[in-house]
Amino acid sequence: MPTRVLIPAGVLGLGFDQAALDNGVAARPDIICVDGGSTDSGPYYLGTGTSKYARGVCKAEWRALMLARATAGVPLVIGSCGTCGTRETVDWMFEITSELAVELGHSLKVVRLYSDQSADQLASAFADGRVRPLEPAPSLDHASILSCSHIVALAGAEHIQAALATGADIVLAGRTTDTATIAALPLSRGDHPGAAWHGAKIGECGAFCTTNPASGVVMISFDETGFVVEPMAADARCTPHSVSAHMLYENSDPFILFEPGGHLDVTTAHYTALDDRRVRVQGSRWVVADHYDVKLEAARIGGFQTTMLAVIREAHYVANCRQWVASLTAFLEAKISQSMSLTADDYTLEFRLIGCDAALGALETSTVTPVEVGVLLIITAGDQITATDLSKLINPFLLHHPLTPHEDLPTFAFAYSPAHSDRGALYEFAMNHLLRLDTPMDGFVVQTDEVNNG
Amino acid sequence: MARLGEVVEKIRSKNAGPFWVTVDIFCGSAAVFEMVQARLDTASVCHLVDADPLTAKRFDIDELAVVKFSFIRTAVQGSRFDRDMHGAQLAVLFAEMDV
Repeated sequence: MPTRVLIPAGVLGLGFDQAALDNGVAARPDIICVDGGSTDSGPYYLGTGTSKYARGVCKAEWRALMLARATAGVPLVIGSCGTCGTRETVDWMFEITSELAVELGHSLKVVRLYSDQSADQLASAFADGRVRPLEPAPSLDHASILSCSHIVALAGAEHIQAALATGADIVLAGRTTDTATIAALPLSRGDHPGAAWHGAKIGECGAFCTTNPASGVVMISFDETGFVVEPMAADARCTPHSVSAHMLYENSDPFILFEPGGHLDVTTAHYTALDDRRVRVQGSRWVVADHYDVKLEAARIGGFQTTMLAVIREAHYVANCRQWVASLTAFLEAKISQSMSLTADDYTLEFRLIGCDAALGALETSTVTPVEVGVLLIITAGDQITATDLSKLINPFLLHHPLTPHEDLPTFAFAYSPAHSDRGALYEFAMNHLLRLDTPMDGFVVQTDEVNNG
Repeated sequence: MARLGEVVEKIRSKNAGPFWVTVDIFCGSAAVFEMVQARLDTASVCHLVDADPLTAKRFDIDELAVVKFSFIRTAVQGSRFDRDMHGAQLAVLFAEMDV
């Protein structure tokens, strides 16, 4: 009997085709798995323990998935709850789930899997040599570990299996590898391990492996020798090219994928069209590692920011905007030193010239003169008061700084008042490391609750 | 002289985790793949994106007619000096390369 995993979308919050979901439920899945996030949207969410997607949107989509679960009578699993997979966002999903259980009249066993790592315990593991850098890795020491606002370890298939073994109706997992929620059930049923991980990778972005990525829903059927991927939307197709090309997406290596406990090697995989919408894959290999390592992610505050935006339309200034920024920067550095007694180590001024090189910086090769230039100034300092004060000092000069001393003062366009916007804390990723565990569950916590049970 | 973006089917770039960026050049046919493979030398590509050739990865995948490069990001995703969180605009540099 194949193990059929229904994947409604690449992430909860991005939407899916309800008719395709209905098709998926009618096709009798053994489990429904969806991802709740990743690091893709940057360090802010892990830094703050918050979700990128709106609560109302997530609740509406989760409602549809809870209804699908009830109809199918199978477990529903979400990994990396609330974008970052911290304790706060797992509990946020638990709150949403509890509300919906009451609204829908569902009595449920809900299991939370926490992936958070204590900074103190991790500092001990670091001292014991159990934390190893990947390439490239930020430098790490005792103090930098303790400075992190959140540290999570990416759960693997073993953790999801432990949560499912409780008899859970719903599993709300903290940070999890993109693939582990999907691979867990096929692996525990004895399906081909290479196929389990490879199929999970192909399906983890939902319908991205099909000709209609926005439709969201795919079914992956795993068995003893391979897997079959099939889109659930009527107008979507899978082809050997659409499926195999998905291994390229967001992967630095399209053939090797490291997971807790081993790695997937798809070098020898072959992709066969079963018909015009289904593809079968065989030949991928799972290579067991000697040790059980989990990947760590962490974020910490890297400063506080205020931004300003001025628009230059006057042709002479547009044509000489780089020279103008150099002149303004030199002037401001002297002024800041004189008026605020700050040194170059205390702050940075990043001028991004929108229209010239804001996206690519020094890599930009085009020399076309634009019609106007947006001057985005990003001020970073050690605290918010200093960043804001810097913007107030800079304000009249960003508005009026002349290209040369002997000309009338220009006045550029400010788009709004006040011309500065406080951004609050700048978070930065602080780890790209592996943590060696004696047993997979070390540092992970499973909590089981009966929800709306009478 | 043609630009790379004019001869291939699609070029995309994307962050591959916070520390890497990856560029996929979909050539669209075996003939274009062979041409691109021959004309894109890794050293020039690393120079284009200011990447260290010692850590850059290159994959020439003939089954997909794809040439793929992965580079360590010069600024970690979302850090103070990062200009493009998702690294997706880097693809334009490749598309505008003369080949």
